[in-house]
Amino acid sequence: MINGIEILETVKMIKEHHLDIRTVTMGISLTDCISESAEATARKVYDKICFAAGKLVPTAEEIADMYGIPIVNKRVSVTPIAIVGAASCGFEKIALAMDKAAESIGIDFIGGYSALVQKGASEKERLFLKSIPEVLAGTKKVCSSVNVASTRAGINMEAVAAAGRIMKRAAYLTRDRDGIGAAKFVAFANAVEDNPFMAGAFHGIGEADRVINVGVSGPGVVKTALETIPDGDLSEVGEVIKRTAFKITRVGQLVARKAAEMLDANFGIVDLSLAPTPAVGDSVARILEEIGLESVGAHGTTAALMLLNDAVKKGGIMASQHVGGLSGAFIPVSEDEGMIAAAEKGALHIEKLEAMTAVCSVGLDMIAVPGDTPEEVIAAIIADEAAIGVVNNKTTAVRLIPVYGKGVGERAEFGGLLGSAPIMPVNPLSPAKLISRGGRIAAPVHANKN
Amino acid sequence: MKAFITVIGRDKVGIIAAVSNLLAERGVNIEDISQTIMQGMFTMIMACDISDAASFSELKEALNGLGGRLGVEISVRHADIFNAMHRV
Repeated sequence: MINGIEILETVKMIKEHHLDIRTVTMGISLTDCISESAEATARKVYDKICFAAGKLVPTAEEIADMYGIPIVNKRVSVTPIAIVGAASCGFEKIALAMDKAAESIGIDFIGGYSALVQKGASEKERLFLKSIPEVLAGTKKVCSSVNVASTRAGINMEAVAAAGRIMKRAAYLTRDRDGIGAAKFVAFANAVEDNPFMAGAFHGIGEADRVINVGVSGPGVVKTALETIPDGDLSEVGEVIKRTAFKITRVGQLVARKAAEMLDANFGIVDLSLAPTPAVGDSVARILEEIGLESVGAHGTTAALMLLNDAVKKGGIMASQHVGGLSGAFIPVSEDEGMIAAAEKGALHIEKLEAMTAVCSVGLDMIAVPGDTPEEVIAAIIADEAAIGVVNNKTTAVRLIPVYGKGVGERAEFGGLLGSAPIMPVNPLSPAKLISRGGRIAAPVHANKN
Repeated sequence: MKAFITVIGRDKVGIIAAVSNLLAERGVNIEDISQTIMQGMFTMIMACDISDAASFSELKEALNGLGGRLGVEISVRHADIFNAMHRV
């Protein structure tokens, strides 16, 4: 029998410390929608999404009600559209169908306007990449990602350069909204096929027809747990994080299984994420400070983040039957109140964030940079991140927003969970030659594992 | 279906009576009840069988409404969330 202390602990986690299910994401295969005609493909895409995920929102709301835990986002991810649309080349029409379907079924975002070009791109894929900025500007809910590198393939520098151009143009086309278009685009290395989080979610080609993936959250819960051991050593810190991550993940597992059952879909994975929001008390940065830093960005930040990320995984892995996605701590700047504060007071720089991405789950995320940052500098930032991911056999990603008309010291406002961010300085020295050489950076020696 | 109802707020006359009344009207059986004062706040936990309640959402709304009138926070959650979180 559950005791009163345990019941009240759960209630407090939810009510006071922002424990929530960050997203219930349904992955939907669109391979059966491929047609030679753009119109037919778009129609099939719309119908399939509405049919498969028509009940996603009411079901998630019913589950949230039943367990008394907020489910913040309901999302859909689909087969990469570079594949779905290759036969018809009707990429934009498909994007509009995705956006319309997302609107019809009431979800927050739909991901999968994506291409996997880590080793090379076909002519169709090049056309697809060119279409991304306009699609991001012309749709409301469509998210896009491009995988530019993998440990097995190395880094496709042509795709890296293209991703830099996409970020610049998507931001430019949405310059009246501080470049929000670029906030819906991610460049990946080692992209995963079952990620429930946006903007990088897509439904991998090796996945089943309909899959439920759940992303949990809970930075506030972890910080509160750590406050109970202000003088504990770092072994104790790790233990407390593990125990807390276990509890958080168990809720994710419960919700994922229930949602899969109710929606007649496969249970995919639980993503063991610590995903912050701009709300006070829901920050990953504040956990790192609770561990013992004057401010996130101080020397020691990378070590503290490594401890946190690893303990979250260790605690979470036993709590779920299937763990996947990105799994770990997220460090988006604009979506984390503590990160925003650190960036504003000059304690946190892109270079430190880059180092942090070597030990946490994703990458340079939601960072606003000056609007006049050259596209080759953005491409070089992507290349650096890809190198970290490729060599460390982990996912890394870049989501930068070059905010047109704004410079260092000014702020970009994205609204909602995307938050707001101070424009961070970027090293202006030119990597143009490196980017213009093109070609591929070969896979590292330890990729040859067979 | 098992559920836990939690009531947290400033103590006053009639909280248990009002909650019990509402539950009885909806065929909800109270299996266990405990109450204490924690950090000056009245805290009550009820373990209930809600199988005979017409609808979970209606019960939840009714409890929320009652909480509003009593000036306390009342929530109801399926027991599975507590079992998942606290039992391996």
